[in-house]
Amino acid sequence: MKILTKRNGLIALIILAFSFPFIAQNDYYLHILTLSFIWAIAVYGINLLSGYTGYLSLAHAGFFAIGAYSLGLLTVKTGMNFWLALVGACLITCAIGFLIGLIALRTKEHFFAIYTLCVGYIIYLVIDKWEGLTEGVRGLIGIPAPGNIGPITFETAASQYYLVLIFLLAVILIVYRIIRSLTGRTYMAIRNSEDLAQTIGISTMKNKLTAFVLSTFFAGLAGALYASFIRFIGPDIGSTSIMFDLLMYLLVGGIGTLSGPLVGTLLLVILSQNLQFLQEYRMLIFGPLLTLIIIFYPRGITGAVFDWQSKRKGKKMSGVRKEFPIKAEEG
Amino acid sequence: MDILIQQLFNGLTIGSVYSLVALGLTLVYGILHIPNFAHGALYMLGGYITLSMMTLYGVNYWLAMFVSVIVVGLLGVLLERFVFRLLREAPPLHDKIAAIGILLFLEAFAQFVWGADFHTMTSPYGQVVNIMGLTFTLQRLLIIVSAIAVMVLLYLFLKKTYTGSTIIAMSQSREGASLVGININKVAMLTFMISGGLAAIASSLASPINLVFPGMGHLVILKAFVIIILGGMGSIPGAIVGGYILGFSESLGATYISNDYKDIIAFILLVVILTVKPTGLFAKGER
Repeated sequence: MKILTKRNGLIALIILAFSFPFIAQNDYYLHILTLSFIWAIAVYGINLLSGYTGYLSLAHAGFFAIGAYSLGLLTVKTGMNFWLALVGACLITCAIGFLIGLIALRTKEHFFAIYTLCVGYIIYLVIDKWEGLTEGVRGLIGIPAPGNIGPITFETAASQYYLVLIFLLAVILIVYRIIRSLTGRTYMAIRNSEDLAQTIGISTMKNKLTAFVLSTFFAGLAGALYASFIRFIGPDIGSTSIMFDLLMYLLVGGIGTLSGPLVGTLLLVILSQNLQFLQEYRMLIFGPLLTLIIIFYPRGITGAVFDWQSKRKGKKMSGVRKEFPIKAEEG
Repeated sequence: MDILIQQLFNGLTIGSVYSLVALGLTLVYGILHIPNFAHGALYMLGGYITLSMMTLYGVNYWLAMFVSVIVVGLLGVLLERFVFRLLREAPPLHDKIAAIGILLFLEAFAQFVWGADFHTMTSPYGQVVNIMGLTFTLQRLLIIVSAIAVMVLLYLFLKKTYTGSTIIAMSQSREGASLVGININKVAMLTFMISGGLAAIASSLASPINLVFPGMGHLVILKAFVIIILGGMGSIPGAIVGGYILGFSESLGATYISNDYKDIIAFILLVVILTVKPTGLFAKGER
């Protein structure tokens, strides 16, 4: 009975993730998984702001693109070392995020969503039209793969998979620490009622701003990893359709839950790979799915599993309580 | 000078289209406080339905537009009944996401049925007219006249009829309206119907001078949001005035600043407005 604890399930999942390159002999699966881990990092960023702090940002594809382009431009045009460029890309994204957040967060609810939607569109237009810097629609070609750390190289699919996996685990750990801390509670207090939070002495603007900058940091990090993984970027990565994809990963997985972003991203990326023939029309299925989920399961798959679990627990109060490591818990 | 007058006329044309779209958006916002992101998709669908009625069945332009208004209006009713009504008590985040889901579906649907190609709609009013040195196609004049006619009719409907005043009442206070015996569900459905119909009229009018394609609603809806923030969310005169302001600034900006960046004008305008006044210009009451 004691073997099936949450903690052991988590360890098993991490071991599984680390041994995946040995199990899957096919580089294609590794590629898909790496890509979905990168998206998941961005979705964790959106979740921190939209899920925990309650501000729906529609500009994060833009920040993703800023991260990707910063890395691309720093490495291609100035020939900077990859790791330095990675730090630089994150800093640039944070700086831009800070400036935008300073203004955007003065607005609330619908205004914030519309404002960020427009900011995202402006970022996309600037990348698309500023040919002198970003090469416009031609895109940025020849972005180098991650540089070596001592004897470790990142040339093979497996090594890149490990790199992204480590970043993802670090991001999840950071998010976990944040939401369990007082800061996280503050975010949730702001989400539940901003007026009330203010009344008990929370500086809402300061907290919203840190949440915003942190979430752009994750989006920028994901963008930078994406650029070095795909090695080619075009303005399309900042478009609203990417934003809506990310939002869908978050919603299906479960907004405002820790494991939601990962569950949703993995599920939907793998699902859309299997529905390749639908590529153009996948929104025929995913669009209504998004609407139905928000109506019937506002907290996504993870939320539904939690509800089901607590119901089960309630029923079994008298009997033996079973600890049941549901895959969605942390997987 | 000639260029200026010509551009002012163009501004009047696009402004009319923007106003119609923004009116539909602001009506729904005023009553249900939903920023309907799917409104652009309704606009797009309206254009496609008019186009296919004309090309497939050889129907007259006006009849095709009428069919389109009815179909899109009914679609609006369905959306209210089966999506937004279920979310009435939910946090505001949920409405927005549901609307985005509908938007994604309708766009994929249009691409599935009509393909991703660009279509041109030929209007029976393609003649070129020349009045006092102003050269324009009859269609542009038609857009302005019809849009103003629709706005006047809508105004009369809202102010002079009993049904119209129930809409006004509900936008003032939902609880109050329901206390005096107004069926708020019916009013909400009616509002969605009018909103969809306005979108269909706007796109049917604008399609002959633009193109019909699945993404045609993107920019229009974003600009309509800019307009209703400019004019005050939920304000009807605000939507009309805002639409024309944006129309003029775009056509003048395209001539005197840069044609490449004309689409960005609206967003810069919005960013500036919300930076200075976070609740939008002319915000109604404390909301």
